[in-house]
Amino acid sequence: MFEFIQRFFGKPASSATAKERLRLVLLSDHLSLAPDVVEALKHDLIEVISRYVDVDASNCDVTFEQREKQVAMLANIPILGMRARPKPPAPPPAPPPAPEPELTPAMTESTAAAASGDKRPTRKRRRKTLSTNTAPQAT
Amino acid sequence: MSARRIVLTSGKGGVGKTTTTANLGAVLAKRGHRVVVVDADIGLRNLDLVLGVEKRIVFDLVEVVEGRCQLRQALIKDKRLENLSILPAAQTRDKTAISELQMANVVQQLGELCDYVLIDCPAGIEHGFRNAIAGASEAIVVTTPEVSAIRDADRVIGKLNERGLPVRLIVNRLRPEMVRSGDMLSVEDVTDILSAELLGIIPEDEEVIDTTNRGEPIVLQPESRLAAIYDKIARRLEGDLVPFTTLRAPGFFGRLFGKAS
Amino acid sequence: MIQREEAPAVSAVPRKRGRAIVITSGKGGVGKTTTTANTGAALAATGATVVLVDADVGLRNLDIVMGLEARVRYHVLDVLEGAATLDDALVADKRVPALRLLAAAQTREKDDVDTIAFRDLIGSLRERFDYVLIDCPAGIEKGFANAIVGADEAIIVCTPEVSAVRDADRVVGLLGDERSVKLIVNRLRPALVRKGKMLSVEDVNAILRLPLLGVITDAPDVIISTNRGEPVALDAASPVGASYREIAQRIIGTLTTPPVVPHDKSIFEKLFGSRK
Repeated sequence: MFEFIQRFFGKPASSATAKERLRLVLLSDHLSLAPDVVEALKHDLIEVISRYVDVDASNCDVTFEQREKQVAMLANIPILGMRARPKPPAPPPAPPPAPEPELTPAMTESTAAAASGDKRPTRKRRRKTLSTNTAPQAT
Repeated sequence: MSARRIVLTSGKGGVGKTTTTANLGAVLAKRGHRVVVVDADIGLRNLDLVLGVEKRIVFDLVEVVEGRCQLRQALIKDKRLENLSILPAAQTRDKTAISELQMANVVQQLGELCDYVLIDCPAGIEHGFRNAIAGASEAIVVTTPEVSAIRDADRVIGKLNERGLPVRLIVNRLRPEMVRSGDMLSVEDVTDILSAELLGIIPEDEEVIDTTNRGEPIVLQPESRLAAIYDKIARRLEGDLVPFTTLRAPGFFGRLFGKAS
Repeated sequence: MIQREEAPAVSAVPRKRGRAIVITSGKGGVGKTTTTANTGAALAATGATVVLVDADVGLRNLDIVMGLEARVRYHVLDVLEGAATLDDALVADKRVPALRLLAAAQTREKDDVDTIAFRDLIGSLRERFDYVLIDCPAGIEKGFANAIVGADEAIIVCTPEVSAVRDADRVVGLLGDERSVKLIVNRLRPALVRKGKMLSVEDVNAILRLPLLGVITDAPDVIISTNRGEPVALDAASPVGASYREIAQRIIGTLTTPPVVPHDKSIFEKLFGSRK
């Protein structure tokens, strides 16, 4: 009963938490990508699309699915309306660690963790892992 | 006629591979097929205990491979089901005692003696796993609705896909009342995450502990609900389209667990 | 150039020597990882410094049970192979400041780990932490050999099932006499024991004959806490959590009474004696 009341007031069912954690961890297992990099990828993807169309950022859903031999990325991004004129692209590649305002919790955490550590993975390393992402056949 | 050679694996230990192998073997035998179950867990054998034949072991898998006995001499016939035999693992050796090629040969030979060879794979993804899948032509991945079991199952499914083995999934130890209260992943959740065709859903049943204590597969108790469930799994293996039982706990918004396959 | 050999003679401070404890079982799925996570969390909650080492290379799960999977950047093999320093690889726990995790590699195999190098790694962790808990993989092969090599204490986790007891017995034999070995009986269901459908703690220990460190009952709390990635040992309201905290106290030595084996309650007790 206590559990029920707790759930009623917003604590998600633990199975829902488990499913979301599993999705993320398996994706990073498959692609050898750190989970926070996956979060950053989702974030950037939504940001790029929102330059051209108005999107409902709070209801975006970007998931990955293992299919036969490759990983597919599925994005469900509700469009609220078209922009009269596309926003100019953000200033070229953002300066390396630049914490952006709308970071997801996972991203904020790990950026903070990385910044406090004496050695954080370099930009170069990240790029390298991301490029394996575009060719998932490798794994 | 070549036999179906099926490996039961999971990555994670303790999800019910051995129990499932024993019961599936027994139910297939009950349905008239000639079945050999093979314990590939060299060093930590348990299939003999689950089937209650531990006192009748004379020779084992490693002795067969090393040519110290004939294959037929090492097979123990079940006393309750004449179609069922078990090839036990060695207990005092380790997994490096045999090679993949040797294992594949043994499974091939067994295939000439029966209709189904079921191979009980050890936990892990190392030597013992590679041996266990070496002679198999298809795989059943057993998992439970828990995060670590699913993560390991995912890893194993990846490895089985690399080998080109068809993979089907059994979700074991489901607790419908916990699924309903949102405290356990549902079968749908599991099949959403894992890319394998669903073969069976087995609910948690305390009778399994009891029957294992006594070395009797639960499918030999005709009144047990698990006997009916294993029978359906066997029929699906045979190729029948058997609808999935709705393991719904009473409630207004229980979710359907059945997934068309 | 400074002569390195001279340094130890000058330092008067004795090197710290933490305790290295391997959590093992032989059989998989009996609760080694859950036990490692919860015992470690309970130890660290007392203020001791604790590191949890996942020795299950290829099938790591300690990170996900601890809820730290999103923070893992480097793993044990990165450290052993010099791709990362120990400081890079130690993941700080979200809740308990004195707790760290060293994750296993997921895309490698147990044979990739050099046993001697792993022993030395445990040795250097012992200089930095009060407790080094090593989560051993299932089986008795290379992964087991790696996991036990640096530990001089062992905790056997066993469920009251024939196959788990048989495998635990085999592991006790392999651990040898030079290690202190203690037992945790996990997933006990007192109601089934009463009905004679499950081995009792006494039955299990009549075979294993080990000092009993704790008894954990089978409770949905554990599945729920794993779903969430929050060790149940940190849940003050959970009876299972309390059992883990007692285990931690027995390890430290602040609790010397043997564990109470839970018995099945009568209907009267169930109705009126609820602990919540």
